[in-house]
Amino acid sequence: MKRVFPILAVLTAALLSYALYEALLVAPTEQTMGDVQRIFYYHVPSAWTAFILFSINFVASIVYLIRRSNKADIVALVTAEVGVVFCTVVLVTGPIWARPVWGIWWTWDLRLTLTLVLWLIYVSYLALRRFSSSGQTPLLAAVLAIFGALDVPLVYFSIWFFRTQHPQPVIGGGGSIDPRMLHVLLINWLAFSCFAALVCWSRYRLEVLQREVDETLALEALLEPRGSQTRTSQTWRAG
Amino acid sequence: MPPAVVVTDLVKQFGRFPALRGVSAEFSGGKLYAILGDNGAGKTTLLRALAGLTPPTRGIISMLGTTDLRSVCGQMGYMAHPSLLYDEMSGMENLGYFAGLYDVHNTDQRCTEVIRAVQLDPSLTRPVGQYSQGMRQRMSLARALLNDPKILLLDEPFSNVDLRSVREMVSLLTGLRDAGKTIFVVTHQASLLEGAADECVWMEAGQIASRTSDLAARSETP
Amino acid sequence: MSTVSRLARATLAKDLRLEWRSKDAINSMLFFSLLVVVIFSFSFDPTAEESRRIAGGLVWVAFLFAAVVALNQTWAREMRNQVLDAYRVSPAPPNALFLAKVMGNFIFVTVLQALMTPLFIVFYNLRALGPAYQLPIVAALGTWALVVNGTFFAAMSLRTRSREIMLPLLLFPISIPALLAMVEATGAILTGEFSAKFWIVLLAAYDVVFTIASLFLFGFVLQAE
Repeated sequence: MKRVFPILAVLTAALLSYALYEALLVAPTEQTMGDVQRIFYYHVPSAWTAFILFSINFVASIVYLIRRSNKADIVALVTAEVGVVFCTVVLVTGPIWARPVWGIWWTWDLRLTLTLVLWLIYVSYLALRRFSSSGQTPLLAAVLAIFGALDVPLVYFSIWFFRTQHPQPVIGGGGSIDPRMLHVLLINWLAFSCFAALVCWSRYRLEVLQREVDETLALEALLEPRGSQTRTSQTWRAG
Repeated sequence: MPPAVVVTDLVKQFGRFPALRGVSAEFSGGKLYAILGDNGAGKTTLLRALAGLTPPTRGIISMLGTTDLRSVCGQMGYMAHPSLLYDEMSGMENLGYFAGLYDVHNTDQRCTEVIRAVQLDPSLTRPVGQYSQGMRQRMSLARALLNDPKILLLDEPFSNVDLRSVREMVSLLTGLRDAGKTIFVVTHQASLLEGAADECVWMEAGQIASRTSDLAARSETP
Repeated sequence: MSTVSRLARATLAKDLRLEWRSKDAINSMLFFSLLVVVIFSFSFDPTAEESRRIAGGLVWVAFLFAAVVALNQTWAREMRNQVLDAYRVSPAPPNALFLAKVMGNFIFVTVLQALMTPLFIVFYNLRALGPAYQLPIVAALGTWALVVNGTFFAAMSLRTRSREIMLPLLLFPISIPALLAMVEATGAILTGEFSAKFWIVLLAAYDVVFTIASLFLFGFVLQAE
């Protein structure tokens, strides 16, 4: 296991560099938008990665509710944190792309809006994890994750219908995509997925270690006699 | 007769703080147990664990022969220092509502019965929030008795209560014990249960230090 | 099943009785709702034509604020004297308590809406150009959407620090599709420009999904320490 991590890290670094090279230099320039369009290779894979991470979070939360497994809870925590980061990338690259091309900072684009709502839900998820007392955190968080997951299809349909009533520009354009661009897109997605896996794995190990430390300290506190009280009272008597 | 309550290796930690450090004990039915000890000894945590309010970190609790506490909760009564009553309702109204939680039959009759048992007046319309502490604790005890529980768990029932109310409550408890109920009373005022308790369970630093049948025979701290 | 409905009715009756007796909570909330309407009216002063278009958004945001204030005190009486412990040690089904609280909040928020709506109509000269009979349906479905999740998250917030801010923090993101539906449906009915049917169906679906989810999961939240 220990050897896989550095190998994956090197592979990820290589993939990311290659993907960057492809995105910036190799991919053909878009007809109407020009070079600004290249941000698409960051915007879209980040969104896909975030959605996958949140799906894993949903599954891990259900597993936690059924099995009360500590590992499931850590997986849920880790995927939520990294997912929020990727969501943020989508929300930042969206307006950066939209402004020069369409002249507006924001639009109620389906993907962008869905990402915004997911970002909000998962930030509130992280807030809940931070603000609840440690014994109950995994349970409450798992419940919230399920609520969030149930919300997603409703969000999707509500935005979809909203857009049919109030037509808005679509970031990223519709229609077919040049196969060379698709190729670059998929390479970037692979690179991002590896990066996400790397970060998640790292964070997972960190959290596991942290919890082991906490448990060990708790066990120590359990086993040591409440010596401080009797000790001081004895010295008091002796003195 | 199988013991009413069996606790095996009970551990409860709040984060790093170990409130219970491995409590193992058997308690037979039909007795009044006084759980005594200083503040922080773990008495309240033990009682709340028995009531099913605090899930243990480790260990097994068996009540009335089963480890599924939820299945026997209808046969338990719980009382604590907060009154567990609505301040804005009268005694009868409170009990009428809580009787509904236990599916009690003949609600009015039962409520009147328990209110009389704790020496209070059922026709009193004053909201419970305006009661004296003694009256409030007695009303809270009445609430705990609504479902005629086999096991009573009382946490500091005598705190800030006038002496007359204490005496009345204690005589009621001994009567209930004589009728076959198992009663656990947590208190840090050991003298109040003198002569009433069948057994004293002394807790210290999250463990049971000793069990005596006599209040006076408590061994010194090592 | 019958235990749940009997207990829910008993709990709801108790809550309504207590609310009627003290009245201070409802009075201050009624006044707060009035203030919200007035502030909004000062902040957004459109012509009659525009007002119909944005009224949906205005009204529901105002309702949302009033609802949060009401939701934050859902469990206030149970928190005093630790009454929730009495509920937790009893064999009573948690769902009965939950349903009673949701219905109580529903009634509460509807009363607030009943006060705020005429004021909005007055300040904005509102008149429905579409099928007005759909408005109470939208109001009922929308209010249920807010209070069912609001009551659930209020219970979750009991186990957290910063209880009062936690409730809206959790409620708002999850409520976004319902809010969009409420606003759009109201706008559709007032302007008569398009049909509110899709939004009404979406609201109904939202209500069903989250009512079932809440009933399923409330037991976990109540028994959490």
